[in-house]
Amino acid sequence: MEKKKAKTTKKTKKQAPKKEKFDKFVIHTAVYETKLTEKYKSRKPYEPVDPKLIVSQIPGTVRQILVKKGQKMEEGEMLLELEAMKMYNKILAPFNGVIKTVHVKEGDKIPKDFIMLEFK
Amino acid sequence: MSIRSKSNDLKKRMNSALQGGGQKAIAKQIAMGKMTARERILAIVDDESFHEYDLFVEHAGKDFDMDKKTLPGDGVITGTGTVNGYPICIYAQDFTVAGGSLGYMHAKKITKIMDHALKMKVPLIGINDSGGARIQEGVNSLAGYGEIFYRNTLASGVIPQISVILGPCAGGAVYSPALTDFVFVVDNISKMFITGPEVIKTVLGEEISMEELGGARVHAEKTGNAHFFAHSEYECFSQIIKLLHFIPWNNSKKAEPFEPTKPKRNYSIGNIFPTDPKEPYDIRDVIRAMVDSSDFFEVQELFAPNIVIGFARIEGDTVGFIANQPLVLAGVLDVDSSDKAARFIRFCNAFNIPLVTLVDLPGYLPGVDQEHAGVIRHGAKILYAYSEASVPKITVICRKAYGGGYIAMSSRHLRADFVFAWPTAEIAVMGPEGAANIIFRNEIKEADNPEEVRQQKVLEYKEKFANPYVAAAYGHVDAVIKPTETRKFISHALSVADNKMVNRPKKKHGIPPF
Repeated sequence: MEKKKAKTTKKTKKQAPKKEKFDKFVIHTAVYETKLTEKYKSRKPYEPVDPKLIVSQIPGTVRQILVKKGQKMEEGEMLLELEAMKMYNKILAPFNGVIKTVHVKEGDKIPKDFIMLEFK
Repeated sequence: MSIRSKSNDLKKRMNSALQGGGQKAIAKQIAMGKMTARERILAIVDDESFHEYDLFVEHAGKDFDMDKKTLPGDGVITGTGTVNGYPICIYAQDFTVAGGSLGYMHAKKITKIMDHALKMKVPLIGINDSGGARIQEGVNSLAGYGEIFYRNTLASGVIPQISVILGPCAGGAVYSPALTDFVFVVDNISKMFITGPEVIKTVLGEEISMEELGGARVHAEKTGNAHFFAHSEYECFSQIIKLLHFIPWNNSKKAEPFEPTKPKRNYSIGNIFPTDPKEPYDIRDVIRAMVDSSDFFEVQELFAPNIVIGFARIEGDTVGFIANQPLVLAGVLDVDSSDKAARFIRFCNAFNIPLVTLVDLPGYLPGVDQEHAGVIRHGAKILYAYSEASVPKITVICRKAYGGGYIAMSSRHLRADFVFAWPTAEIAVMGPEGAANIIFRNEIKEADNPEEVRQQKVLEYKEKFANPYVAAAYGHVDAVIKPTETRKFISHALSVADNKMVNRPKKKHGIPPF
């Protein structure tokens, strides 16, 4: 029994000078040992912009929708109206095309970068 | 009436005004874990030194039945006192009086003490604990904020301005602290935001608590709005008193010198510092190994920790330290760290505090997020701040000093007065790996065993260029010194640079990349 006790204390002693854990961090092909910040770890990877997605530039409420699925649109025609910051913002078609899907309903409260419509 | 009864009358009036919002409101304040405005002032200033003014000011609200109400002192306490024996002007918003809301006379009291501070050239401390603008007073409360912001800007760089957030500070009110030099926050008590959780919920449908939106931790870690984070009001006050120890009263003075002391023995650069440029260490321990009593007072400890800034003393004189921190993100410069360092450099320059820069960085942080966040614009701030600074500038290159990072970190080329390098310094356009890959690209590609050749070329480059002697040969480095001699060299450089004068072209002001 006593022997066993002695063994365990020895073990913990050995573990005591635990080396701090570091992350690997590559800059210009050189690998550094360092710590990463939460901000760095939670940064969003870059995604290329898809012009076919009509995305909200500002959070707000969808006031009215003027288009339906399959509708043919010409550049500059109004797609929907987004109320944000006490203004009615007209969202226009960026090019000639056909509506693939409508992701919002009138009255929807949407955040920034929300996909409202999709073009084919 | 006799003088005695007049005095008694004064006493009665004072006692009623000193009650603030009354017992009930005070009990509520205490229940929130907060001190009262007067207690806060008394905890900061030296004993018996506080003198209050404008105690009998009455509010100017006429509409919405406000004329029938009395608000003692109109919700703010103003006065003068001393800290560490030196004079200061101070104001504290009193949340127990109409929620510390800012009306016309409330703002007048603040601007009066601000004018006073600017005229007398003494530091200004503002304690914020307010629900915001007093809606009943309409545009007059907006006018009040504007008058405060204008004076904050006017006083910027003339007297040190300190903001202490001890309660809510929301909407327009946040811009006064943002314009001042140092912002102090306390966990669970400080709350700062432009639009609160309720507005965000009704307008955007996003739900977030006050603490998560603009609590002390958020501003100390994420936004960088706060410079000092404390767990209690008392800890916060001791930080303020300590800060005032290190900085001068105004821009025409130097910080008061202290009795010189030696660094503590348990900090030795030899034990802290790894020579391999890829191994991490805490640069703050290196600073502690070279400053008086090993006392390093760090600013913005939690924000952008890949650069370290703060005050310390060398042979009794205050210096501002700026140092890359290899422990975090290998010490790279990025958007946040450039911004953090640049502002600190400008504070030190405005208030005659010499700059000591410790260099150990692999360069600017690569990445789409950094480029798109404007690392060019923000990174330029640090170049601007160092070039513009006319206080003595001393640079110590400890290990890596690669590329743009080398130039930015107070290099000779930005007019550092003294550039020292340790024998471990590697001053080069980029790290040996990257450089060898480019210079010997063809040789590596055409070799039978490219990896072997690559390693060999890296070694060759390392031997030839990864040292301080190439830069020293051109005079970009003044002296290659032993790490243990650093304190001696800095201290001597400071005494030589004591009367430094620089002539600059005349201008109204520069246009820094804000």
